[in-house]
Amino acid sequence: MSNFDLTRRDALKYGLAAAAAATSLPGIAQAQTLDRLRMYIPAAPGGGWDQTGRSIEQVMRAAGIMTNFQFDNVPGAGGAVGLPRFLGMRGQGDVMMVAGLVMVGSLIANKSPVKITDATPLARLTGEFQAVVVPANSPHRDMRSLAAAIQASPGGVSWAGGSAGGTDHILVGMIGQALKVEPKAMSYVAFAGGGPAQAAILGGQTTAGVSGYGEFAEQIKAGRMRCLAISAPERQPGIDAPTLKEQGIDVELANWRGVFAAPGVSPAQRAVLLGLVDRMVKSSQWKEECEKRDWTQIYMTGDDFGRYVASEVTRVEAILRGLGLAT
Amino acid sequence: MDTLSQLLNGFAVALTPINLMFALIGTFLGTAIGVLPGIGPALTIALLLPITFKVDPTGAFILFAGIYYGAMYGGSTTSILLNTPGESATIVTALEGNRMAKRGRAGAALATAAIGSFVAGTIGTVGITFLAPIVVELALKFGPAEYFCLMTLAFVTVSAVLGNSTVRGLVSLFFGIWLGLIGIDLQTGQPRFTFGLIELLDGINVIVVAVGLFAVGETLWLASRHAHGKDELLPLSGSLWMTREEWKRSWKPWLRGTGLGFSIGALPAGGAEIPTFLSYYIEKKLSLKPEEFGNGAIEGVAGPEAANNASAAGVLVPMLTLGLPTSATAAIMLSAFQSYGIQPGPLLFQTQANLVWGLIASLYIANVMLLVMNLPLVPLWVKILAVPKPWLYGGILLFATIGTYGISQSVIDLMLLYAIGIAGYFMRRFDFPAAPVIIGMILGPLAEQELRRALTISQGDWTVFLTRPLSATLLALAAAALLGPHIYAYMAKRRAA
Repeated sequence: MSNFDLTRRDALKYGLAAAAAATSLPGIAQAQTLDRLRMYIPAAPGGGWDQTGRSIEQVMRAAGIMTNFQFDNVPGAGGAVGLPRFLGMRGQGDVMMVAGLVMVGSLIANKSPVKITDATPLARLTGEFQAVVVPANSPHRDMRSLAAAIQASPGGVSWAGGSAGGTDHILVGMIGQALKVEPKAMSYVAFAGGGPAQAAILGGQTTAGVSGYGEFAEQIKAGRMRCLAISAPERQPGIDAPTLKEQGIDVELANWRGVFAAPGVSPAQRAVLLGLVDRMVKSSQWKEECEKRDWTQIYMTGDDFGRYVASEVTRVEAILRGLGLAT
Repeated sequence: MDTLSQLLNGFAVALTPINLMFALIGTFLGTAIGVLPGIGPALTIALLLPITFKVDPTGAFILFAGIYYGAMYGGSTTSILLNTPGESATIVTALEGNRMAKRGRAGAALATAAIGSFVAGTIGTVGITFLAPIVVELALKFGPAEYFCLMTLAFVTVSAVLGNSTVRGLVSLFFGIWLGLIGIDLQTGQPRFTFGLIELLDGINVIVVAVGLFAVGETLWLASRHAHGKDELLPLSGSLWMTREEWKRSWKPWLRGTGLGFSIGALPAGGAEIPTFLSYYIEKKLSLKPEEFGNGAIEGVAGPEAANNASAAGVLVPMLTLGLPTSATAAIMLSAFQSYGIQPGPLLFQTQANLVWGLIASLYIANVMLLVMNLPLVPLWVKILAVPKPWLYGGILLFATIGTYGISQSVIDLMLLYAIGIAGYFMRRFDFPAAPVIIGMILGPLAEQELRRALTISQGDWTVFLTRPLSATLLALAAAALLGPHIYAYMAKRRAA
C-alpha cells in the first residue's frame, strides 16, 4: 500500500513540476524541475547498460545538470525480467530506463508478453558496430573468402558469439540472409560472455567470431585476430577494417543503447527528461566519457527515436524468425 | 630475471601506505562478503565500480583483487561452522568441514582451510608470475569437445558423495541437473522449465539451492528432532588448533588441490567449482582412512579449500595475459579497466606494466594479510558453536534469508529458498544425499552446453570426442576412474577364488 501512496505523492509532485516546466523556458529552467532522477537498469551492475547509466550520472553531476540520483538494478534475461516492472511505473516522470537492441531481441526470443515500445522512447545515445573476426592463422584474408566458404557449406563455417538471439547472432543471421543461405543451417555457437567466446576464437575452435568491435580491438591490435569486416554503414575512424557493405554484403547493424521514460508520462514530463538528456549529450564531459569508453555517439531523440525503435522490432523479428527463434 | 625485477617494481608500487590500505580494506571486505551467503565478489566489485571515478587504477585493482581473494577465504567459514556455503566454490567444503565441526574439530577445519588457502593462493600467484604466458597457450587448446570430456570426468566425482544407495544418489543428481536446466537455453534463446515465470528466465542461483538444502533443510531437520527432545550439545574435543596428525594429513591435499585449482581455473571455461569436486574425489580415493569421509575427514576440507583459492589465481591468468574475462568477477574487473580508458588485452603487460605488476605483488601481500587476519579469528568463530541450538539455527535462518535476498533483491528467490529447504528436509528424512544435487546443478548445464557446442562445430559428428587427443585422454581418464575400481575388485575376487 505504501507503494501506492508513493506513486500518488510523486504524481502530485511531478504534476506540479510539469506544470512549472510547461510555463517556463526550455533549458536551465527545465533542469530545476526535477530534484532527483531515478535510473532504472534492467541488468546487473557492471554490464553495458549499467555502465551507460553510471556514466550518465557522472556526466550530469560533473556538468551540474542533476546531482541527486538513485539507481535500481533489476537483472535478468537481457532485460526481459526488468521491463515489466518498469512498465508498472506508469506516469512517473522522474525515472529513466537504459536499454537497447539486446532487449529487443531478448523480448522476441522469450515470447515476452510486453513490448519495448510500451515504454516511452526518449533518446538513442550510443552504439557499437559489430566486427567479424577470424583467428590470426585463418586462411580467410577478407570477407569475400569467408562468404564463399559460407555459400559452399553454410554449416561448415562455425561462428562464436554471445547468447542465441543476441546482437551477435542477429548479425550472423543477417549475413546469411544477404548471402542467400538458410540462416538456420549456419553453425552458430553461443557462449556465455565475451571471455569464453574470445578464447574459442583465439584457440581456433571456431572458423570465425562476432562481437562488438571494442571487445576484439586489443586482440586485433596485438595481431592475434584478424578483423574481416565491421557492420557500419561506412568506414569508421580508428578502425582499420572495411565494412560488410563494401565487400558485397548489404548488412548494417549497430548495437545501440538509449534511454526510455515510463509509459503514460505526460508530454511535459517527457520534455523535462529530454531536456536533461539533451544538455548532457551536448556537454564536453559526455564527449570525453564516450571517447574514453570507445562508444560511438549516434544521438537521436523523440519521435524519430520512437519510429526507429519500432522499425528495429520489426527488423529483428524477421531475422529471428529466419533463425528459427521466433514464430 | 626480467620477471623478478618487474615483480620487485610491483612490490614498490603495492607497498606504498595507500595501496597497503586498499589491500587491507579489500581483504577485510572480501572476507565479510565471503561469510555472507549470496553476496559474492562479483556483485561487491560491481557495486564499488563508481570509485573508479575517484581512485587511481592501481589502488582500485588492489582493492578489487583483495576482495576476490578474501571472498574465497571467507566462504569456507560458514560452510564449516554452519553448513551454509557462502560461495558456490565452498559448497564442497561444507561436506566434511561441517562434519568436523560436529565432531568438535571446528578449529582444525578452519585452520586447515585458512592455511590451505594461503598455500594455494601463494603458489597460484607464483604461477601467475612465472607461468602465465605458457599456461594460457595450453588453455586455449581447450575447445568445447575437451570441456565436455572434462565435465564427464568431473561427473565421476559424484560417486564419492552418493552415500549408501546408488539409486537415491542418482535421483538427487538428476534432480540437480533438472534444476540447472531451468531458464533460457543459451544455444536457442528459448526458456525451459520456467512455467511461464519471468523470474526463472535467468535460472536458479546455485547458492540459493545450496543454502536451501544445507542450511534451511538442516534447520528444519534439527527442529523436528528437537521437538522429540533429542538435543545434543556440540562437543569441543582436543586442541583448538591442528594436531600433528592433522598437519600430516593436510599438506598433500593442499598441494594437489592447488595444482587442480590453478590449472582448471586458468582454463577459460574451467571455473572454481569443478576443481573442488575433483579434489574431493581424489582425496577420498587417496586417503588412508576413506571411511572417515562423510564423518569429517580433514583431507576433504584441505584439498577443496586449496583448490578454490588456487582457481581464483588461475582465473587471473587469461585476464591478465589476454584480457579475457573468464568469471563473473573477472568480467567486472575488466569493465573497471575500461572506466579508466585502459583496454585490457594481450598487450596489457607491456602497456600497463606498473599496474599489472603492482596488482600481482598485491596478491602476495593480500594472501599474507588474509592469513594473519583469519588465523586469530579461529577461536572467536568457534565460539559461535557454543550458542544454544535454537538460537544458533534461528541465526542461520536469518543469515540465509538476508544473504539470499542480497543476490538480486527478489522475493521469488526467498520463496525458492524455503521451498528447497523443505525439499531438503524431506531428502534428509528419507536419506537422499544433498551433495549430488549441487554437483548435478553445476555440471549438468555446463556439460550439456559444451556437448552441443562441440556437435555444432563438428556438424553432428560424434567422433570429435575421440579424434582430438586431449578430449580422448580426458574420456579415457573418466572411464578408468569409473570402471577401474570395479575391474580391480573383480580381478582380485577371481584371484582369491
